[in-house]
Amino acid sequence: MPSSLDRRPWTFYVLALLMLLFVLFLYGPMISVLVLSFQGPSASLNFPLRDPSLIWFDELFNPTRVGDVPGAFSRSLPLALVVMVLTVLISVTAGFGFRRRFRGSGALFYMAIASLIIPGLVLSIGILVTAQFLGLSASWYGTALGAHLTWTLPFGLLIMFAILGRLSPSYEEAAFDLGASRWQSIKDVVVPIVFPGMIAVALFGFTLSYDEFPRSWLTVGTKNTLPLEIWTMTTNVTSPALYALGTVTTVISFFVIAVALGSIILIQRRRSK
Amino acid sequence: MNSRSSALPYIQVSPLALVLILFFTIPVALVLVVSFFRYQMLVGIVPDFTFKNYADILTNQTNWLLYWSTLKFAIIVLAITGFIGFWISYFLVFHIRNLVVAIALFLVCTVPFWTSNIIRMISWRPVLGREGLVNQALVGSGLTDQPVEWLLYSDFAVVVAYVHLFTLFMIVPIFNSMARIDKSLLEAALDAGASRWGVIWNVVLPLSKTGIALGTLFVVTLVMGDFSVVTVMSGGLSGSAASAIFNDLQFLNYPRAAANAVILLIVVLLIASAIFRLVDVRKELVR
Repeated sequence: MPSSLDRRPWTFYVLALLMLLFVLFLYGPMISVLVLSFQGPSASLNFPLRDPSLIWFDELFNPTRVGDVPGAFSRSLPLALVVMVLTVLISVTAGFGFRRRFRGSGALFYMAIASLIIPGLVLSIGILVTAQFLGLSASWYGTALGAHLTWTLPFGLLIMFAILGRLSPSYEEAAFDLGASRWQSIKDVVVPIVFPGMIAVALFGFTLSYDEFPRSWLTVGTKNTLPLEIWTMTTNVTSPALYALGTVTTVISFFVIAVALGSIILIQRRRSK
Repeated sequence: MNSRSSALPYIQVSPLALVLILFFTIPVALVLVVSFFRYQMLVGIVPDFTFKNYADILTNQTNWLLYWSTLKFAIIVLAITGFIGFWISYFLVFHIRNLVVAIALFLVCTVPFWTSNIIRMISWRPVLGREGLVNQALVGSGLTDQPVEWLLYSDFAVVVAYVHLFTLFMIVPIFNSMARIDKSLLEAALDAGASRWGVIWNVVLPLSKTGIALGTLFVVTLVMGDFSVVTVMSGGLSGSAASAIFNDLQFLNYPRAAANAVILLIVVLLIASAIFRLVDVRKELVR
């Protein structure tokens, strides 16, 4: 391509510098927490790192000192997985529903947008009041699950709009005209186009639930999820154990992101063969 | 478009509608109801129809100051994230010629979005704290004799954390709109004698407006509804509109918390509808 030999304008270098600074700004603090979670017994919350050790990770699993981290994790993980599955199922089917005009589609769309932008704390109060009104008690697998869905479903829906915008109905019609059955046209035309988007929806569903704080605050009931546990620790714990917890949750998030992106790349590669 | 009326779309959207009605519409309606209830010490919530909670809030000077301070944060953060979001997207879409590199850089920008907000907030402590990296560098290099105190637990720290957390919400929609712009349009404008700034101002900016509108919607509503960032990063020195709700809840004054929540919700929805009035986001999304 001859254009790649053109001299780059000066704006390229200015913007490249901006990009570099932005990436440093994004990752710098995260990296310092990662490094400091290996702080030695001096328990200093700041650099320099003295006598690197794993004692603060050990501390995490000692519930008497920092709170019930393993217990919180054992609730956050299944909750995030259930939210992920439900988000994919519900937002993908709804995404297809929105491809046709139907009465009330505008109202439902704006309801989803309102659900996306409502302050989490406001929703939290609402769900708690509703539960009390019905005589139910708040729980992480009930009210918190619903609270998380009101946040993940609109995100899933927006992603489906972006994906389905690329799936012209004429593709399916072409498949029909060429003699494909309804099932074949779904399997061979629709699914391959939509599948990477479904993984993106799953990634959003999982991570938004796994990290959600304001919507969980009043809705989890008596047992904390991980973000609430971390929130409590930010005020109670003044040792690098807090950083160790940050490192552990960030590593888990990165693992989930890697699995999701890896599988999208794998699918794209297999399809292009 | 298939004009045949069919039950299929209704079946497809019914799970979504059900969840939203159950966990969003009904709860919000009940918040509205409770906001007219009465709170009595030791008794708790008493069903009533009183405007006292609203009157209390609207006549309290502190609440107006909290809203003003939140609005100020929203405007500052919007300006910074909008600037970064626009130029990073512009760089990725129009300056990076290799698609794989552009996607990789885009992912580098978006990955932190999928990690914990609270942890990302805490991670500023060893950087901006009194003995943090920035102060170590400032004192070490002799630029200042004393550590700078206002880096952490200040309004500055709040803005830094907001920009750190929310710029992604600007980059993603703007990148999405810009990526759809036909590049030959830019060349045509240049051939027709437009300057490069002219192209950005008259072609790129108008065609990115859906992305900018969506990003603005996210950033403004996130800042307006936040209480955790402001609490942690200001060290309790500043508050937000939502932290008034937080305080009421700690005293178990649900009716006033509900009234506060209704006011906040009305403000947020007004801002959102203003944005939707400027740009028909739905038409752009579902096309």
